[in-house]
Amino acid sequence: MNLLVCISHVPDTTAKINFDAAGKALDATGVQFVINPYDEFSLTKALHLKEAHGGSITVLNVGGPETEPTLRKALAIGADQAIRINATPTDAITVAKELKNHISANTYDLILCGQESIDYNGQQVPAMLGALLNLPFVNACVDLTIDGSSANATGEIDGGHATYSGSLPLVVGGKKGLVEEKDLRIPNMRGIMTARSKPLQVLEASESDTATQAIKFVKPAGKSSVKLVDSVDELVHLLHNEAKAI
Amino acid sequence: MSIIVFVEDWNNQYKKASFEAVSYAKSWATEAGTTVTAVTSNGATDPSTLATFGADRILTIALNATPFGMAQQLATMAEGATGMVIAGTSLGRSIAPALAALAGGALSTNTTSVPSSVSPVVVERGAFSSKGIETIALSGGIPIVSFVPNSVGIHERAGEGTVESGEATGTDLMTITEKTIASGKVALPEAEVVVSAGRGLKGPEHWGMIEELASVLGAATACSKPVSDIGWRPHSEHVGQTGIQVNPNLYIAIGISGAIQHLAGVSASKTIVVVNTDAEAPFFKAADYGIVGDAFEVVPQLVNAMRAFKAGQ
Ligand SMILES: Cc1cc2nc3c(=O)[nH]c(=O)nc-3n(C[C@H](O)[C@H](O)[C@H](O)COP(=O)(O)OP(=O)(O)OC[C@H]3O[C@@H](n4cnc5c(N)ncnc54)[C@H](O)[C@@H]3O)c2cc1C
Ligand SMILES: Nc1ncnc2c1ncn2[C@@H]1O[C@H](COP(=O)(O)O)[C@@H](O)[C@H]1O
Repeated sequence: MNLLVCISHVPDTTAKINFDAAGKALDATGVQFVINPYDEFSLTKALHLKEAHGGSITVLNVGGPETEPTLRKALAIGADQAIRINATPTDAITVAKELKNHISANTYDLILCGQESIDYNGQQVPAMLGALLNLPFVNACVDLTIDGSSANATGEIDGGHATYSGSLPLVVGGKKGLVEEKDLRIPNMRGIMTARSKPLQVLEASESDTATQAIKFVKPAGKSSVKLVDSVDELVHLLHNEAKAI
Repeated sequence: MSIIVFVEDWNNQYKKASFEAVSYAKSWATEAGTTVTAVTSNGATDPSTLATFGADRILTIALNATPFGMAQQLATMAEGATGMVIAGTSLGRSIAPALAALAGGALSTNTTSVPSSVSPVVVERGAFSSKGIETIALSGGIPIVSFVPNSVGIHERAGEGTVESGEATGTDLMTITEKTIASGKVALPEAEVVVSAGRGLKGPEHWGMIEELASVLGAATACSKPVSDIGWRPHSEHVGQTGIQVNPNLYIAIGISGAIQHLAGVSASKTIVVVNTDAEAPFFKAADYGIVGDAFEVVPQLVNAMRAFKAGQ
């Protein structure tokens, strides 16, 4: 199987988020970047599928040179090769079109994305990619089985699950459940050593049109200090009369 | 030249988020000086109710089964539309980006405001897991907004709408082989009240009181990540930065420490109540009201107090 995992490079979940003085962009000073947590589930699923069916895993990122350590980490975890499409992602449609151009010119059986990037919380790229390629797409994918050229994919829907069946290639937006938390792999020494000699190819970007513009970023107003109460009756009273929450 | 709003139904009944979607479309349409066209399944029980939230024209169609098929159907109506609105339910979140790609749209997801300007459309949206608010302009194509349920509210208006049946074609690329929905439960992303518990509860056998509190309040239940990782509760209840992001009017956190990753998914809640034995738990800094106390004492008392309150309503 030819497996593609689309990786986005995002601030670590513990990062304190600040914006530059003009409020135009993230202030990346002191921010540690990681593989998007949702993409880790998809990458691990790709490793499991490769172990079961054979094949090769490509990891792909649309981004600048600063994302290469993240791609190297994916190689250390077990991907076979990495590709970086050299562009500064401006919005989801631009990223989806770059991915589409690469995928159309190559042969992949399965395209694994994460449900959402935890930076801009778009939850857009994978569904756009499916639509641009006219391939089936399953969002919030928590289970995936492949049998020859057909696939069964289960996605979360409000209050439950839906299972879809169709033929490959398929695009999924993965999350916890696709593999279990305990199955996630961290790079070991051997992985890190071999990752250095695995190919990381840089391709030039071909798209430039964007559909949206970020005007400004602000931090949400903080909460004023907590009101500690001694009794549940007082709490119910405050929730009803003050907060109007019940 | 209308604002087109997709109206989702569940077993032929409209969801609350659908009324919010029509309300959203109406405020946008009023600013833009145009009308609202609601597109809905021809199986839905009472399409004319959509007029009370602002739909001028209600178009019922035979809806495809999968999000992609629905996105194709909506894309056939995009030409000439002033804009499109979809609630950010799980279905909406699968449809909107596909629609944007097919219709050449400019999409804002995770939107938390109605447009502050309509030409171009400018809205606010949550970014960096509620650690930031982005103001975004939708200028490079037909503007499409997917909003966070429960963020802009439902507004009833006096108004008349016409109901007509129409046609739109789309192709389902997959077949649905199974669909399971937990019955009688409030869906987390849409819930107005969420009762959530963490590792402080010590074991899955103690969730009875959490479910009881939730049922008294008509709330959805949620949990912290470790609780779903160890299998005390299903994955689908995990809230936070890497789980479901919620936006209720009231979030009650019981025995949860308030780690930054947990807060990232719940801090948009309008009112937050924390119950924790540890007065130093970080969650108190993000809370509106707090009780420093043992969940095993406080929660049963709270169930009784809430039950009494509800009975007196
Ligand atoms: C990459 C990454 C992503 C993550 N994403 C998420 C996420 O999306 N969501 C999430 O929740 N976490 C997430 N986490 C985990 C997060 O860092 C915390 O570990 C987790 O939220 C802690 O869960 P908890 O509060 O239930 O448990 P604990 O931290 O163990 O806290 C238990 C709390 O219960 C209190 N307590 C104990 N006994 C009682 C009692 N009898 N009555 C009342 N209170 C009591 C304690 O004082 C304590 O504050 C993530 C972590 C990482 C590394
Ligand atoms: N710049 C990018 N390069 C590669 N893949 C991406 C990029 N941005 C998003 N993706 C993929 O799309 C998923 C959802 O991202 P988003 O739509 O940005 O929330 C991510 O989990 C990745 O799998």
